[in-house]
Amino acid sequence: MLTKSSNMEAAGETPKTTSMTMIQALRSAMDVMMARNENVIVYGQDVGYFGGVFRVTDGLQAKYGKSRCFDAPISEGGIVGTAVGMAAYGLRPVVEIQFADYVYPAFDQIVSEAARLRYRSAGDFTAPITIRMPCGGGIYGGQTHSQSPEAMFTHVCGLRTVMPSNPYDAKGLLIASIENDDPVIFLEPKRLYNGPFDGHPDRPVVPWSKHPMAEVPEGYYTVPLESAAVFRAGKDLTVLTYGTMVWVSEAAAIETGIDAEIIDLRSIWPLDLKTIVESVNKTGRCVVVHEATRTSGFGAELVSLVQEHCFYHLEAPIERVAGWDTPYPHAQEWAYFPGPRRVGAALKRAMEA
Amino acid sequence: MSQDQVLRLHVPEPTGRPGYKTNFSYLCLSPAGAVRRPPIDTTAFETSDLASGLVRVLDDDGRAVGPWVPEITPERLRKGLRAMIKTRIFDSRMLIAQRQKKLSFYMQSLGEEAIGSAHSFALQPGDMCFPTYRQQSLLLARDDVSMVEMICQLMSNEGDSLKGRQLPVMYSYKRAGFFSLSGNVATQFIQAVGWGMASAIKGDTKIASAWIGDGATAEADFDTALTFAHVYRAPVILNVVNNQWAISTFQAIAGGEATTFAARGVGCGIASLRVDGNDFLAVYSASLWAAERARSNLGPTLIEWVTYRAGPHSSSDDPSKYRPADDWERFPLGDPIARLKAHLIQIDAWSDAQHEQMSNEVDAEVAAALKEAESYGSLLDGKIPSASSMFEDVYKDMPAHLHQQRQQLGV
Ligand SMILES: Cc1ncc(C[n+]2csc(CCOP(=O)(O)OP(=O)(O)O)c2C)c(N)n1
Ligand SMILES: [Mg+2]
Repeated sequence: MLTKSSNMEAAGETPKTTSMTMIQALRSAMDVMMARNENVIVYGQDVGYFGGVFRVTDGLQAKYGKSRCFDAPISEGGIVGTAVGMAAYGLRPVVEIQFADYVYPAFDQIVSEAARLRYRSAGDFTAPITIRMPCGGGIYGGQTHSQSPEAMFTHVCGLRTVMPSNPYDAKGLLIASIENDDPVIFLEPKRLYNGPFDGHPDRPVVPWSKHPMAEVPEGYYTVPLESAAVFRAGKDLTVLTYGTMVWVSEAAAIETGIDAEIIDLRSIWPLDLKTIVESVNKTGRCVVVHEATRTSGFGAELVSLVQEHCFYHLEAPIERVAGWDTPYPHAQEWAYFPGPRRVGAALKRAMEA
Repeated sequence: MSQDQVLRLHVPEPTGRPGYKTNFSYLCLSPAGAVRRPPIDTTAFETSDLASGLVRVLDDDGRAVGPWVPEITPERLRKGLRAMIKTRIFDSRMLIAQRQKKLSFYMQSLGEEAIGSAHSFALQPGDMCFPTYRQQSLLLARDDVSMVEMICQLMSNEGDSLKGRQLPVMYSYKRAGFFSLSGNVATQFIQAVGWGMASAIKGDTKIASAWIGDGATAEADFDTALTFAHVYRAPVILNVVNNQWAISTFQAIAGGEATTFAARGVGCGIASLRVDGNDFLAVYSASLWAAERARSNLGPTLIEWVTYRAGPHSSSDDPSKYRPADDWERFPLGDPIARLKAHLIQIDAWSDAQHEQMSNEVDAEVAAALKEAESYGSLLDGKIPSASSMFEDVYKDMPAHLHQQRQQLGV
């Protein structure tokens, strides 16, 4: 059921669009999929009657009933474990982990079970489950409401790891993830739920309603997995990034006047190597940016890939901007967060080398 | 016949939601004084009736009745009342400060003040609590952690002993027997068992007190704690605060439907009690019983405290979206402060005038502490611990890569 090219443009229609926040876009994705496929069920802590602490599942229980959208006990291991069992039966569970920081009790079920079920049973059983979780900082959430644990998942063979940066991609990627037959870790940058964020906490919040990427088709469409987006075309250098840092990188490019080409990976792993290689070979310079801690972060993988595939086109060492190698602090959030100043400095270093 | 039935998924529902009232008969209350008090060397199996009944001391007229009436002086009771009043006023003033953006976040314990206040009276110096974020009364009942110090943590300011690293209310006071709070629920429950085991391994006399909410009992760490505590007969009190709600989910979603959390303890071979958590005397008495068991090498006791989360889950929550707004007023176990006050008046050890005077005094104390703490700064004025300190304590000695990152930040 991979829907690599079945997105709506291919259908040749002009779909009706509405301005949506990322929260509304994610909700719409689940709504569309629950209506299309009765095997899609949604559950997690507080997602049923209340509609989730970020209100992403609001209204789904009222619309589809308690057997298809319900509250779960506070047990991440239980949530993912039951999802694996339901998937074995033939359902397509979409489960919510309230914060990515709380996924660790589910690690065994994700790493040892969901990720490897297809392999160990040679396809006899599979785990087509989508595990949604808000990630990232910027909301004064302290060390247990701010983490970006994507690299913990990209290291596990058999998992797909996805992170959208805007409402349009969020909906299309979530539908593609739900339809995908592999387990998908779907990370939602919570700082982007209600608007884009350029990394300047002192500036007024910009709502999605002011942004073209919030124009979202009301019905079914997909953004294929393993496809990156050229978020901003440019000729000076390539920025490889995803999630909130797409917006921060854009701000850094504008503020430094460096004509950066910003690649939004969207699917972190497996990824769209072709788009990356084409861009870096064109610009000859590369900066890798993520909010997660630096050491053994996914940036290390990106730097290796670029080195392997673009070495003879590179005119400067690859730069890496990431969160510091400390837990996410509360009061010093903005000294921790890799904002436009830090990204901008890396862009300059890459240009000057 | 039954084989041909279509299967249905059961999803528990509370009896009350916005727009219709809760039917609290699901609580299966016992009258005050009705539940027996066994000797401390009872077997787990023999506590079955105590795990399904409800230990209560204070009756509706404020009289202390039945076998669980503790020996406690009026002076201690007044101290307990003060701790509860202090907790309530502290919470309400911190909520206001949160709305004024001096704090990024807050969690109150409205309605649950008796549990930590009375329990802390049953512990001894050297014992260690492994609390949740809603046990501030354990601290406020003591004299060795000042409110100024606590508020500095809440404000992440220059006086914060946790260097601004933790979300408000995630206190840590080793010297006062209060283990560092984690944002991840339930993790502390099994750690408390390990701490108690250590005390036994070392031939010490200290005991541990573990805390968890009804919702968080669904985590594996809860069941693991029961198993380890039972296997090693660990000197630990396993406190389950059943305040009926876990954010928006009713306690039945955590497994409380048609059974009790205390019954889980019995099933694991642990002597267990279900106790009126809004009854200061019952909390004190049951805590003492459990502490005595732990100190006598009789092992763990699980206590389910039945109470009600009267306020929102946190400053980010709006409970009117998922439960009746007047639920707490209708909760049959009432308000712990009003109940202890009525008892003290009933025994001629208190008056309305004294009560008002105490409330005013405590309020002035809290206000003064808030003012002093504010002089050390707040998130609003940016007087926060240095960015440089952010790199400390990741390791005991800072490795080279963190030195380098600190240099890069230029602090
Ligand atoms: C591992 C983990 N999962 C989820 C959460 C999010 N969360 C924080 S508090 C809470 C509800 C806990 O309810 P309960 O245990 O009943 O305690 P109460 O808030 O009622 O005191 C949840 C789901 C968390 N902090 N940690
Ligand atoms: Mg609770």
